Amino acid sequence: MIEAVGLTKRYGDKTAVYNLSFQVRPGTVTGFLGPNGSGKSTTMRMILGLDNPTSGQVTIGGYPYRRLPNAPRQVGALLDAKAVHGGRAARNHLLCLAQLSGIPARRVDEVLGVVGLQDVAKRRSKGFSLGMGQRLGIAAALLGDPQVLLFDEPVNGLDPEGILWVRNLMKALAAEGRTVFVSSHLMSEMAVTADHLIVIGRGQLLADMSIKDFISANSADFARVRTPDTEPQLREKLSSALTEAGGHVLPEQDGALRVTGLPLPRISDIAHDSDVRLWELSPHQASLEEAYMRMTQGAVDYRSTIDQKAGLMQPLPPGAQPPMPVPGQGQPDWYAPPPPQQGGQPFADGQRFAGAPGQPTAGPYAAPAPAPGAAPAAGGSPNPYAQAAPQPAAPNSVPSSDLTKPEDAR
Amino acid sequence: MAAIQVVRSEWTKIRSVASTVWTLSLAVVVTIALGMLISALSKNDFDRMSRGDRLSFDPTFISFAGMSLGQLAMIVFGVLVVSNEYSTGMIRTSLAAVPQRATFLISKIAVATGLALVVGLVTSFVTFFLGQAMLGEHKASIGDTGVLRAVIGGGIYMTLIAMFSMGVAAMLRSPMLSLGILMPFFFLISNILGNVSATKKIGRFLPDQAGSKIMQVVTPIDDDTPYGPWGGLGIMALWVLAALVGGYVLLKKRDA
Repeated sequence: MIEAVGLTKRYGDKTAVYNLSFQVRPGTVTGFLGPNGSGKSTTMRMILGLDNPTSGQVTIGGYPYRRLPNAPRQVGALLDAKAVHGGRAARNHLLCLAQLSGIPARRVDEVLGVVGLQDVAKRRSKGFSLGMGQRLGIAAALLGDPQVLLFDEPVNGLDPEGILWVRNLMKALAAEGRTVFVSSHLMSEMAVTADHLIVIGRGQLLADMSIKDFISANSADFARVRTPDTEPQLREKLSSALTEAGGHVLPEQDGALRVTGLPLPRISDIAHDSDVRLWELSPHQASLEEAYMRMTQGAVDYRSTIDQKAGLMQPLPPGAQPPMPVPGQGQPDWYAPPPPQQGGQPFADGQRFAGAPGQPTAGPYAAPAPAPGAAPAAGGSPNPYAQAAPQPAAPNSVPSSDLTKPEDAR
Repeated sequence: MAAIQVVRSEWTKIRSVASTVWTLSLAVVVTIALGMLISALSKNDFDRMSRGDRLSFDPTFISFAGMSLGQLAMIVFGVLVVSNEYSTGMIRTSLAAVPQRATFLISKIAVATGLALVVGLVTSFVTFFLGQAMLGEHKASIGDTGVLRAVIGGGIYMTLIAMFSMGVAAMLRSPMLSLGILMPFFFLISNILGNVSATKKIGRFLPDQAGSKIMQVVTPIDDDTPYGPWGGLGIMALWVLAALVGGYVLLKKRDA
């Protein structure tokens, strides 16, 4: 159990952390989120007694870290994977850490095996990739078989296999009743790893709640409704009928409607009553990423702007369209749920948005090429949408995002 | 108990990086080689020396002439042992494992000092015997009055130089900054202050000038230094103590 009470840290006149109070409980994975520069790493350093708080205190199991008996056997931490002497072999690095806390050398070989570095144990860590460095850092955290574990950005630079491994490791550690405190910027990873969230922005606590509560408190679910493209009057008709029934209707770029305030069956009933056929009626559940963006939008210190490329722009060839701005650059609303892809195959994308609760969607900035898998994805059942998207000889390929979304509607 | 663990860990740290071997062997080689060279040159020069110079001819001290360069490698060793922790960020991991910062720093310095003392003593004895061999008929014997003291003192001198560097590096943290101050200080500034008559009285209280007195066997004729060989080493030890205390106080107080 990690407990912070009124934790404050000032560097000169800059306040890095202000009046932070939270508890990290054993038995769950607690995610620690916040924009760059929000004070996550400072907080972690204060937990480990490396930085002294200006005021307030943080304790582990009731003790401030520096007075914790046999601290390295109780707490393991990965703060910075690059914080190793590049000229020292991986095994020696772990060995000197093990000796610091009186851990036998046998344990070093064990953790090297756990993180999969046994083959490079004798190699200098200088030549390690970012992912190998992360594994070495995780090995160091696991050395003392501690009850409390802190990980600062553990999955940075890891390959997909490594990310999956870290995710399962965190869950396994928490399931054994340990306290696991993880910071990350990868929302999709957090969504499937953490049970509880602590969100800070500009050094202050923004949220301390379960991940489910966090998502529902910070974003609104909506339904996407599509009427036949060929009959625009149906769209108007449905739109006014839904508004009358108390729904809130927003048109989307490609002609679909975004409806909030009405449950899906009710939308279907209204459409039926007003004699409007539907091409699509899909639930859209907000992702952790959207919820996070919405919550922290006011607390972001470093925000990108549109690259004006003044003086660098090539004159466009005649007839060419100026490029669409990249979502996320200088657009305050970019966290909003993205419209489906333009032209053709609305369902291929829409289906993906209808992911499981808390699952991040593949946003427009990660939109894959129009998926040829619309028909196969229907799982052999007659596909009512086939006419909307004339299929090429589509291979039975499944969108790559399937790994994280096994329960995708099929 | 905890201290023994930390000492073992520091020993692992120090022996598992290449810079230890490089800096220490450079200190040995440079000290011995330069000592031999200058001894050989002095032997050839002896017959052309003035009577006064012949009277104050100190074969022991001459064989230690290489230390002026060899000590620079010792400085690098001392600086790297401490500042490697900071430049790599390893200090956070180390201090998270040993929250008792005094134990951590003392163990680290003890291990590095022990190693420096062994290397320093070996260097000192080897450079003495090889230097005397070069000096031929003008050589001193290890049994002569004050010679054994000078030879052991030479080893202690090198150790103290390394310790002083560790203290400075613990205060400054950055290896570049520490070396950038220590190298010119010991190679240039101290020599200039010690040789310009106006600043000589201050210069001889600097750590290297005071400490190197221990390696003198024959006192120069017009020497008015207010301290003897052990007094000089004591002055140097005070400098070292000040640097180490400063390093400890800052480590204790500062955020890692």
